Amino acid sequence: MSEAEAADARRIAAEARGRVRFEEEALDLADQVYRVARRLVGSREEAEELVQETYIRAFRSWSSFTPGTNLRAWLFRILTNLNVDRGRKIQRTPDMQPLEEGDYFLANKIAAAEGEQVLDQERVVEKLSQDNVVSALSEVPHDFRDVVVLVDIGDFSYADAAQILDVPIGTVMSRLHRGRRILKQKLAEESLA
Amino acid sequence: MTQHDPGCEKCEELLQGYLDRDLAPDEVVVAEGHLDRCDYCRRRYRFEERLRRYIRLSATERMPAGLLQKLTELRDGRPAL
Repeated sequence: MSEAEAADARRIAAEARGRVRFEEEALDLADQVYRVARRLVGSREEAEELVQETYIRAFRSWSSFTPGTNLRAWLFRILTNLNVDRGRKIQRTPDMQPLEEGDYFLANKIAAAEGEQVLDQERVVEKLSQDNVVSALSEVPHDFRDVVVLVDIGDFSYADAAQILDVPIGTVMSRLHRGRRILKQKLAEESLA
Repeated sequence: MTQHDPGCEKCEELLQGYLDRDLAPDEVVVAEGHLDRCDYCRRRYRFEERLRRYIRLSATERMPAGLLQKLTELRDGRPAL
């Protein structure tokens, strides 16, 4: 084998190892990817499909991933793009965003129902069921929900969420704040109706 | 329920940034100074903290059995180098 051939063989072997490592790391993240995907779409089936499409694209374009950067954020960039491509944009028009209440809204509602002196943190669990949370979250408009799900459930930083959704960080912060308020309003409607 | 102090409104504004650890140092001083003397806001901050944990717990659904296998097959079915 010539020197050039040997160098070529080493390069191919290194590339194959890099690819296998990438694939294993991506598969290790599957449960985390699914958990977030599940709250971005309406059903378990849709979430499974979306995750599979994401991995098909990820395995195909593995060479565009830069080793050492955030793989989970990279996968979610693919996933959220695919989710938008699935046509969900048409579900909302910008002028239909609900007006949200303040940040103390839900706490105040619960306090008012019980008497202010007894409001404490455990009231959260007493008053809200897990079904209430899932259902209220599904009613938050997509643009706001995407950010709330990525940050509050996926544990992404503002900066990662901005990169994933391809919006400025200020937009992430304002959508997150509004999204959380809308969520509380929906929770109040769900649980105290 | 009425608020107890004109600082409550400011404290409510700072709530999310405070829990996200995203406030400027002078804003942290404002929030904590108010929380030290305001039971109303203190209860609401604790409530919010608990709510966030509860939302995360409630909204988390594990990957269905079989999905990882499907993803592994997608990898194994990919074209060779």
